[in-house]
Amino acid sequence: MAILNDFKYYKPKEINETLQLLSEFKENAKILAGGTDLIVHLKENLVKTENVIDIKGITELNKIDISKDNIFLGSGVTFTEIIESPELKDKLPILWEASKKVASVGIRNRATVVGNICSAVPSLDSAPALLVYDAEIVVQSKNGKRTISIHDWFTGPKQTILKPEELVLGINIPITIHAGVYEKLGRYRGEDLAQAGIGIFVDEIKNYRFAYCAVGPVPKRMKKLEDFLQGKEISDKLIEEATEIIPSEISPITDIRSSKEYRTHMMKIMFKRGLQKSMAILKGGRS
Amino acid sequence: MKKITLKINGELRSVYVEPEEILLDVLREKLGVKSPKCGCDRGDCGACAVLLNGRSVRSCLVLAIETDGQKIVTVEGISKDGLNKVQNTMLDKNAFQCGFCAPGMIISTTELIEKNPHPNLEEIKEALSGNLCRCTGYLPILESVQEATKEEHHE
Repeated sequence: MAILNDFKYYKPKEINETLQLLSEFKENAKILAGGTDLIVHLKENLVKTENVIDIKGITELNKIDISKDNIFLGSGVTFTEIIESPELKDKLPILWEASKKVASVGIRNRATVVGNICSAVPSLDSAPALLVYDAEIVVQSKNGKRTISIHDWFTGPKQTILKPEELVLGINIPITIHAGVYEKLGRYRGEDLAQAGIGIFVDEIKNYRFAYCAVGPVPKRMKKLEDFLQGKEISDKLIEEATEIIPSEISPITDIRSSKEYRTHMMKIMFKRGLQKSMAILKGGRS
Repeated sequence: MKKITLKINGELRSVYVEPEEILLDVLREKLGVKSPKCGCDRGDCGACAVLLNGRSVRSCLVLAIETDGQKIVTVEGISKDGLNKVQNTMLDKNAFQCGFCAPGMIISTTELIEKNPHPNLEEIKEALSGNLCRCTGYLPILESVQEATKEEHHE
């Protein structure tokens, strides 16, 4: 299928050049990174634009910067690059696992984490990890830089707080010692959106963090669940009790991929399994 | 129209494209490279896979203009000097019926064994998942890759 909408293509090499283009075109431009969402949307006429700005030529945006207490993932960083980094596997295990569960190799080779959060579909796999990590998104326009907490980022299904003239430079993630998992419910492997997803973060000082995707209009932290477990020693009985809180934390819908009841049921199971798995990893030490 | 030049299967080719033209269409219709197929046209089925700078990508989700100056390998390139071991094993085992998914399967396998010459079944499944086959139920395909990549002698 051809793209019916004609557009101009730009491939700037500098951030400033990109910001200049964005300030000129405003709503009438789309940023192209991996293209695994944008090209589908252009083909299916869900998106129309006169200008496409490809940011893959900007070397600064393709970097992964790991310092003592922070990791910066540039907008051009693909899921494959995350998966292939032993350091990220070690320091951000939840995001690493989520990256492995995104679609298929052929998509992960192109798709970027930043693209994932910019598409902002409710089922996005990278969101639960970024939420439990308290990630921050660094954006820039001609008027300057600002940092946006991941908790403020998603404003609705496929909606973010990003302004048309702003470019996402990347994501900052604080490094903390922790264990965790991302549990994803899909119908089959290789090419499915999550029907439900939960990111689980645990650490030595009994901090517990949970975030979901696909069971609400936007991915979110599960604060009631966190408050209930905070500081407590995890036992089977406690997990059972906590499971009862889950329905009040999520607002799943029934759609073509699964029913509300099934998603709710599976969220409880994934929470239970995921928390047990995370505790085992925490106790077993980090490999 | 913009002129782009890319290396396809080792050969430098130039072609004029509009920004909205899709790589898959340009390969098939303008450059005569017919192994990548159009299945779902939205990145789900894997039939259009090509290696772009050594990595498998869905050519239905890439603008041709993005690939200016880059390197593309398709099954035509992989089979330049005859079928390779994986392809021959697929042939022996009747891995495909209609063959529509074969190019994608071969591209994914090529990418996999480049990094991991002797993958286990789990790794093969992981690499090939996202390539949809409606004929064979996948088993003979997985078996072929397993058979062809078995560790038996030193290279």
